[in-house]
Amino acid sequence: MAQSFRMKPPMGEDNGWWWKQAAEGKLAIQRCQSCQTLRHPPRPVCGECHSFEWDHIAASGRGTLCSYTVLHHPQFPGFDYPLIIILVDLEEGTRFTSQLINCAPEDVTFGMRLEMIMHEDPDGFRLPMFQPAQGAAA
Amino acid sequence: MSHFLKDKTAIAGIGLTEFSKKSGVSELSLAAQATLRACDDAGISPSEIDGFVSYTLDSTDEIELARTVGAGDLKLFTKVNYGGGAAVGTILHAVMAVATGVANNVICYRAMNGRSGQRMGQGVSGQIISSDLVHWSWYMPYGMLTPGSWVAIVANKYMQRYGVTCEDLGRVAISQRNYAQNNPRAAGYGKPLTMEEYLASKVIADPLRLYDFCQETDGGCAILITSAERARDLKQKPAIIRGVAQASTQGQEQMTSYYRDELDSLPEMELAARLVYEQSGLGPDDINAACLYDAFTAEVIMQLESFGFCGRGEGKELVRDGALDIDGRLPNNTHGGLLSESYIHGMNNIAEGARLIRGTSTSQPAGVEHVLVSSGVGVPTGALILGRD
Repeated sequence: MAQSFRMKPPMGEDNGWWWKQAAEGKLAIQRCQSCQTLRHPPRPVCGECHSFEWDHIAASGRGTLCSYTVLHHPQFPGFDYPLIIILVDLEEGTRFTSQLINCAPEDVTFGMRLEMIMHEDPDGFRLPMFQPAQGAAA
Repeated sequence: MSHFLKDKTAIAGIGLTEFSKKSGVSELSLAAQATLRACDDAGISPSEIDGFVSYTLDSTDEIELARTVGAGDLKLFTKVNYGGGAAVGTILHAVMAVATGVANNVICYRAMNGRSGQRMGQGVSGQIISSDLVHWSWYMPYGMLTPGSWVAIVANKYMQRYGVTCEDLGRVAISQRNYAQNNPRAAGYGKPLTMEEYLASKVIADPLRLYDFCQETDGGCAILITSAERARDLKQKPAIIRGVAQASTQGQEQMTSYYRDELDSLPEMELAARLVYEQSGLGPDDINAACLYDAFTAEVIMQLESFGFCGRGEGKELVRDGALDIDGRLPNNTHGGLLSESYIHGMNNIAEGARLIRGTSTSQPAGVEHVLVSSGVGVPTGALILGRD
């Protein structure tokens, strides 16, 4: 199996389940079972109604670009540079930090429409990335 | 009725080591040297020190330092979290202890081999699954491993929203580099910076370039807090603590508060401003100079708005008007700051605040009555207002 150097996320009780969903191809959003409020990043309690009961939904994967940076230095093994890091406003209403692929750094614009694409490393580790939405104006 | 902490305490001594890229000594040694110099500066025997406050990131424990410098019995020992966000937080803890009689003479310190030893922002990793580590888990696998990567996302949004240009960031870098030309201790001493050089420097995390980043430094800094009454009998002109506060707001993360509705302001710094103005009974019009935390240039412009020196989105106008320069509205980081003097996690900015009140800055503006100092940006933070007695 090809070596992958990507730094793996530490997985504890409060976030491990989310990465299991990613491994199954889903971008999960945690949902309060009591008041239905969506929240990300995941936390063990709802900040609105204080319920400890939660489940999750699968995001559609559609969203718009809230902000971004293009990383040039320092360069860590396991990543391709220039590396475009983005904040995506998902259409469900939560925000997600991710990477933009299939897009040149000079073509990135605030508010551009994006769609999720599940990236898989050579070692099988999966994490949601985004690309410009199909058919979207550049 | 005036606030309980207002005017009760003062900075009576400041102590700094030499700043370098390789100290060749331990961090404990740096902490001890800074502490002894702060005591000497004030004219207090180290045996009178009965409290120590530092950063959770500092490797030197309070009791190690106490034993090393021959301090007395300790009645206060504590550390403040969140990197540079701890800076004036250490002062708050000391002030609360001294104002309540818990301790009499407290040293706040930060000593680090920040270049030759453990460098800041070299990534985060670990085996123990803490809530903090779970927080970082959302960024690590995407390659967001450095402060530049975390800050650039917010800086870019702010700049796009308000039309702040790279030249505006450059103006901040150059203003502080100019101050460093008067400060032989500064890393930027003898190395003036032009706009052309600034713009030609390499982009690290777009839109941030090399000169938008602070220094990496080996060095230590200690601040001695005692009662205002005692300080008046000591060697230096006291820098009276008019107000000091810590501040963290809804949706706060350490460096990555990306999930708030708006990303083009600093809510925790606005809270720090409100608290420190309320406590001191002062407002932006009363502040004559500042040491705004400057790990990154963009943060300085945003803080001009947080502290009410201008409206939202108007920080760039102040910078273009030369407000940060020696003859401007708000001379800022007159020692060179973290950008051009040294990066001692903001403690060196507090030391400069005391110098500005004493009238001993290497770039001393005229008529300084009140100085504002802030803690780290994008983290749980705080603010401090020092005044002339």
